[in-house]
Amino acid sequence: MSFVTVENVSKSFGDNVVLRNVTLDVGEHDVVCLIGASGSGKSTLLRCINLLEPIDEGHIAVDGAVITNGNVDANAVRREIGIVFQAFNLFPHMTVLQNVTLAPRTVRNVRRAQAEASARELLERIGLEDKADEYPDRLSGGQQQRVAIVRALAMQPKLMLLDEITSALDPQLVSEVLNLVRELAEFGMTMIIATHEMSFAREVANKVCFLDGGVILEEGVPNEIFSAPREDRTREFLARIIEAGRL
Amino acid sequence: MHALHKVLQAFASPQSFRLAMPDVWAGFQVNIKLMFTAEALVLVLALAVAIARGLPGRAAAPLRAAMILYTDVFRGTPLILVAFLVGFGLPGLQLRVISSQSTFVYGVIALTLVYTAYVTEVYRAGIESVHPSQRAAARSLGLNYFQALRYVVVPQAVRRVIPPLLNDFIGLQKDTALITVIGVAEAAQQAQNFSNTYYNFTSYVVAAVFFIFLTIPLARFTDHLIALRERKERAAAI
Repeated sequence: MSFVTVENVSKSFGDNVVLRNVTLDVGEHDVVCLIGASGSGKSTLLRCINLLEPIDEGHIAVDGAVITNGNVDANAVRREIGIVFQAFNLFPHMTVLQNVTLAPRTVRNVRRAQAEASARELLERIGLEDKADEYPDRLSGGQQQRVAIVRALAMQPKLMLLDEITSALDPQLVSEVLNLVRELAEFGMTMIIATHEMSFAREVANKVCFLDGGVILEEGVPNEIFSAPREDRTREFLARIIEAGRL
Repeated sequence: MHALHKVLQAFASPQSFRLAMPDVWAGFQVNIKLMFTAEALVLVLALAVAIARGLPGRAAAPLRAAMILYTDVFRGTPLILVAFLVGFGLPGLQLRVISSQSTFVYGVIALTLVYTAYVTEVYRAGIESVHPSQRAAARSLGLNYFQALRYVVVPQAVRRVIPPLLNDFIGLQKDTALITVIGVAEAAQQAQNFSNTYYNFTSYVVAAVFFIFLTIPLARFTDHLIALRERKERAAAI
């Protein structure tokens, strides 16, 4: 039973075709990693699933309901799907606590006291309870990204989309963010993760998809993809990653 | 020596200064009232116009077009013409309510019409300066268009445009003197009355001094805000 179904989705920006006939199945509690070079369509696919980008063809269903037929309330869909961005995108004019409580309070009408209590609990889980009243620019990149994850979690999403969330971080800050994602995977959160961290993908993913030129060229369990890729392009890509010392 | 004495006598005679002061001061209080009333209206209306201009979708196209037309017309028309049109034109219509207001109200309307058009552009620049990823982050959390605007985009935009906004308000403060042309008994008019009566121009200097003393604190405050932000941005860049 798949939780997310992407079927024959195509998407162009002007003449630039970013996704071609992409089909993807994600089961509940699955962690799917999207790998591939920059510009291969990983981020666009995630943004389409969150309805931040309209698709041109095909359809996407989440939790049994088609979300791309134009009749759905996009805001209601997004409430159930969390997305975390490469550049964190915390709200700089709000404290950490305000960042985390904004959506529960305005979208779910949770009372302030209750929203703040839940937010502090989440912040405590990631060891940032003492940063609750700080502004984002006082936090390190790793801390900001963990707050961004918690901000998405505060809406209790059924699905999390992570868009290269460690790509903007200093190397020594990557692990604290990946540890949090690992924890989410252990809790059974369904996740689609666009990433350049191959060893992490190998470790947490149930399925790895290699995107190339807007197409899912190859998909399979991590061992298949990383140890015995079938496609030349996948082999080339992984060879370059190994050359760069990232696997 | 004689010429200098004549100039001082005409523009800066101490007796005339003292004599003109009470009336000009009374008039200047009207300028202050004009200023605050118009500024309050401009702050709210300009934000509304800026937001209307930015609304997405084909359904909002007529509204966007109307707002563009409005800003184009009123940024292009000299305030003195708008003052004539409003101050003499509206009473001339002989319509109920619209035509029976005081000259003060017509003055506020004229100032508001013109300055809302300016300040709309200031707000719009601010709204556009907020990175699209901020809006995307808000929308991705389930906030709708207006919630994203209200909680995420507008607060950041307003913080950024406070200095240029205050700059426009300095302009507005001075332009309240133009409202004299429709017969509001403000400082410039009081000064003119005095000058006509006593054949002395010191009263204009008195009015000018009032305006300057009102503007300087606002100008320094604006400088202070700009410096504060530059320091903050430099700190953030490190």
